[in-house]
Amino acid sequence: MTDTSDELLQQTSPGLARGSAQTRQKAARLSPSFFSWLQAGPMMIVFLAFFLIPLVFVVIVSFWDYNEYQLLPAFSGRGYTDTFEGCIAQLPELCTIGKTYVKTLKLCFMVWAITLFVGFWVAYFLAFHIKSKTWQMGLSLLCTIPFWTSNVIRMIAWIPLLGRNGLVNSGLLKVGVIDQPVEWLLYSEFSVVLALVHLFTFFMVVPIFNSMVRIDKSLIEAAYDAGATGFQTLVNVIIPLAKPGIVIGSIFVITIVMGDFITIGVMGGQQIAAAGKIIETRLNALQFPAAAANAVILLAITFLIITMMSRIVDIRKEL
Amino acid sequence: MTETTRKTGVSRRTLLKGTAGLAGFAAGSGAITGFPYVMSAEPKVLRYLGTAVNEGDDISKQCLKDTGIKIEYITATTDDVTKRVMTQPNSFDVLDTEYFSLKKLVPSGNILALDAKKIKEFDNITPVFTKGETPGGKKIGNQGTAPWKVLYLEGKDSKTFSKSATEFVTLIPTVYNADTLGIRPDLIKRPISSWAELLNPEFKGKASILNIPSIGIMDAAMVVEATGKYKYADKGNMTKEEIDLTMKVMTEAKKAGQFRAFWKDFNESVNLMASGETVIQSMWSPAVTKVRSMGIACTFQPLKEGYRSWASGFCVSKGVSGAKLDWAYEFVNWFLSGYAGAYLNRQGYYSAVLSTAKAHMEPYEWAYWMEGKPAEKDIKAPDGSLLEKAGAVRDGGSYEDRMGGVACWNAVMDENDYMVRKWNEFIAA
Repeated sequence: MTDTSDELLQQTSPGLARGSAQTRQKAARLSPSFFSWLQAGPMMIVFLAFFLIPLVFVVIVSFWDYNEYQLLPAFSGRGYTDTFEGCIAQLPELCTIGKTYVKTLKLCFMVWAITLFVGFWVAYFLAFHIKSKTWQMGLSLLCTIPFWTSNVIRMIAWIPLLGRNGLVNSGLLKVGVIDQPVEWLLYSEFSVVLALVHLFTFFMVVPIFNSMVRIDKSLIEAAYDAGATGFQTLVNVIIPLAKPGIVIGSIFVITIVMGDFITIGVMGGQQIAAAGKIIETRLNALQFPAAAANAVILLAITFLIITMMSRIVDIRKEL
Repeated sequence: MTETTRKTGVSRRTLLKGTAGLAGFAAGSGAITGFPYVMSAEPKVLRYLGTAVNEGDDISKQCLKDTGIKIEYITATTDDVTKRVMTQPNSFDVLDTEYFSLKKLVPSGNILALDAKKIKEFDNITPVFTKGETPGGKKIGNQGTAPWKVLYLEGKDSKTFSKSATEFVTLIPTVYNADTLGIRPDLIKRPISSWAELLNPEFKGKASILNIPSIGIMDAAMVVEATGKYKYADKGNMTKEEIDLTMKVMTEAKKAGQFRAFWKDFNESVNLMASGETVIQSMWSPAVTKVRSMGIACTFQPLKEGYRSWASGFCVSKGVSGAKLDWAYEFVNWFLSGYAGAYLNRQGYYSAVLSTAKAHMEPYEWAYWMEGKPAEKDIKAPDGSLLEKAGAVRDGGSYEDRMGGVACWNAVMDENDYMVRKWNEFIAA
């Protein structure tokens, strides 16, 4: 047993074979790959049990048939065909699912653009304008204060502010800027985007800040010495080096907003359709395969966006 | 939201139940003496799955005091209750759900019909449920899933509803109400008398309906009928063409900016109304009461076309048997014996057995809530807070007037699947 594995080791890993007999024997008992497996194991088990296996189930169920009150485990594309029912007949007008996805993507894009802009400058300020490490830490912690309350509370807090008789409207009325309450402040795309930006900008700040603090300051000095303007330094040095952070932050924001239906529901007055909402409605109607099919579609679209983004930046290389 | 997840092992539970049952049997047969205490060693606990309507601390405390049964509430929305019955029938003992869900629940085979003979007050249950008429003899509208259509099963394990009375009852009725629109009289400043007002352009951007498809479409149908556009054969069971027509009317109104928002739960509807975002909307009676208790004028407006009604009741999970089933009967019997009924009546709902609830209420309370008479004294909520000052009259008047004015019942349509898809289109429009 030991002999054969020693031989094997000699064949496969010449590096190890060159070592003393003692280490060779140890290595034979506990090969380095064993340690790698041991280290990766817990994460892998979690990943398998809570992500991959459920995902496989979702895909399987999405191809089942269903009726009013049960799942019928027989292959059927009904979940998908029902979802896209009438979409071709309706062209060039978009069908419900099409409209819903266009709306979701639109909201997602707006939130992404705003959180990226705001997040980038907050991170820039923290990384380059704050010199002391203590202050950097302190101010970063300050950014997390909103996270001390729940999502729902932070979201609902906007309602008395933006409502028809809310603080903003009554303030504007008193000052005399308007003579009728502004209706689009609440239960509109505006309020949805506002709430989402408020909720998720921090997810942009952290990864971008992380990339920025790791930028070698001497590179910026070199750029300065070479006569680059502030803008040139930003575009040619800082943004390229902060790219991994930007992509990671974008992935956070995009995946969350694509799947969100609670914020969109509450802030949009339940009048704005979201991809996640379709899944919820299907679940409530006990149409599990149709819900699963919609989940698969949503997942595919989100994957597509993320794949495109990681095409732009190879995160693994940059990290 | 406040759903309590339970982690008690089912196997241990069943084991205990088994031993207790055996011990009980042994003790009962008299074969072994000195054993009967084993039975009382297991606490009488019932896991009670339902919406929050019937679930109150006061009710569970009183129940524990009177019967020794400890009620563990599992609160969920109507949709989640149904989902849970389908997917986790062993996660509850007693089920409290609405009659319209039965069209899905009964075929699933996950619930156990109760035996009417073991329900003491069964013959005293209001004729609203058994005959479809008020105690005063007024016929009640039977559109939609009216309780009497789904009250009885043909046999113990049957999955078909029986047209005539049998001893197997799907749901023992507990609570019901007649719903209508809520309005802000202080902001509307004129009388409202028809469902058609919901889509009146006068209230553009200030109207709302609820975003629960099966109920929302009934409200929409009431509006369509009120405007004289169409007369449905059965609002609670539309054809595809009727669904298209109804959603078309609603979609046009939505695109014209009629609705401020849609709501999905009790608190959302209260907030919309209390903050003045809406002045007319679908509402539930206790939500109106809640707005009023905040000092804001709000009326649960009776309308000439009538009310849309709902009703809920108790059954048990298929997995419940033996001693636990006896406790379930004991609990249901207790629930109908008056305390709970009076408690619900005082919230503006109606109880299933009127005589026992009356015995637990003060005559002036009964006169206000059930007879539509002006309050002789201040009317208090069950928690002791002031609801109405002396002299007030209940919106919609007496039990006879309100339940007699019911036009249709919450329903699950045969075309439910199609309806839900159309509703999604409406939301996305």
